[in-house]
Parts: sequence; C-alpha cells; structure tokens
Amino acid sequence: MARAATTTDAFNAVAEPRRREILDLLAEGERPVNELVSELGMGQPQVSKHLRVLRETGLVEVREEGRRRVYRLNGASLKPIHDWIKTYEGTWEERFEAMDEVLEALKRTEERDGGGNE
Amino acid sequence: MAAVTSRSRAVVTLPAPTQILITREFAAPRHLVYRAWTSPELIRQWWSANRGEVTVVEVDLRVGGKWRFVMVTFGGFEVGFHGEYLEVVANERLVNTEVYEGMPDGQAVNTITFEEEGGRTKFMCLVQHTSQEHRDAHIASGMESGLQDALDLLEQAAQSLA
Repeated sequence: MARAATTTDAFNAVAEPRRREILDLLAEGERPVNELVSELGMGQPQVSKHLRVLRETGLVEVREEGRRRVYRLNGASLKPIHDWIKTYEGTWEERFEAMDEVLEALKRTEERDGGGNE
Repeated sequence: MAAVTSRSRAVVTLPAPTQILITREFAAPRHLVYRAWTSPELIRQWWSANRGEVTVVEVDLRVGGKWRFVMVTFGGFEVGFHGEYLEVVANERLVNTEVYEGMPDGQAVNTITFEEEGGRTKFMCLVQHTSQEHRDAHIASGMESGLQDALDLLEQAAQSLA
C-alpha cells in the first residue's frame, strides 16, 4: 500500500512510541500541554513537536482555553487503522471458521471411536 | 454485559510496534485443535480462508524441521509462506519462523499456544517481526492479495465485455 508523508498519514503518526503515549493519555480525556509534559517526562519542545504531527494528521484536536491550549483525541481519525486491522482479522476469522468445521468432524470421529485419547 | 454466545471470533491486537497477536477460542479440546493446526491433510481444508486453492502443504513437525504452505487465489495470485520449527511441544506450544515469500527479507517468529479449559481451547499466536515496517507489510499482505483478486476479476469482466 502506498503511504502518504508522515504529516498526513495516521499510520505513520502512530508509529512513533511517544506519540502513542500521548494518544493513550488523551484517550482518558482532554489535557492541556503542561499536563502532557509532566506526565510524559519529556521536554516541552518534544511534546509540542509530536502534538504538531498528531494535529496535522487529524488524530488530535486543540482548543484555546484562555491562555492554555487543550488537546483531545479525535477518535474518528483512527478509523483507517481500525479498518486495516479488521480486514486482517477477517481473513483469520474465515480460516478459523473453516477450522471449526474440521474440528466438528474430528470430534464426531472421536465419539464414534469411543475416543478421548490424546 | 450482553449474553455470550458459544461462537467466538478472532481478535487481532498490536501489543507492540513489531508484534501482532491473534486470539481465538475453539469449541474443541486442544489435542484436536493442535491436530487441525499441524496435520497437512487438515490444513488443506482450512488454510485458504476461502480465497483460493491450497497447492502445497509441507509439515516436518520437529525442532529444525521445515514447513511450507502455498495457495493460488481465485484471481490466480500465488501466495507462499515457509519457515522452520524452533520449539515443538505437542498439544501445547509451537514456535516457528515464518517468511512471506512475497517479501523474503521479513522473517517473523510465531509463538503459538493452545490452552484448554472445560473442553474448549484458547488459541494464541504471537507474531514477532524484526521491524514495524515488516509487521505492517505482513498485515497489509492479506489486503493486497484481496485487492489483486478484485483487480483480476475486474479485468476478466472487462475482457468478456470487449
């Protein structure tokens, strides 16, 4: 799959571990920058840099509250990632449903043969 | 909580940037799940996920033994995987390498466990890649073959109209 540049691609934006930490914190509720800085134990410039990438990819949104900037998670923007995993999950589920049928046949054979043997 | 049906669905999570975890519960004891997972004649019945015909299933189930699965999708796209068994504990645990032949430099290590409780089996497969790039390509590979099938079918349809 072709990927867009980091600044416009949710996949790359969440590839960075510290950015995922920010998303995890924001998943609990919105937070001003200074709280993110203290909870992450990172410098303000680094946090701001990550927040800029997350904002540009639409993963987080910001609002002004007086002189503070408060960030929150934009859940809808994570949908492409969710869909991507769901497709992979669907392939496995089809495989496992075919395995369910194989297992039913094996169980019937064991019952017929008075099985239960390992 | 809603009532739980006896049907369980596959759940895929990404516990770390280089990992994929696949879990599923089966309504069968684990020695049968293990047999279905490791017997070539049974693998042929489930591995294609209804996406094509399984053409090769080779299983040399012992430490250092090799395995290889190949299928040809209904769109004519050949998809092959192979690897080596690193650990074999019958009915309980398998560790094996896995290489997607479309991307031979991305080798993963799969740790598969079978846990039985009350006649049901919890199956877990942890896929450990060496890089996030390979992990992501692995997840996308299923989509790519699906997309390739769709494009092939579209081409066939277009040719039949010409």
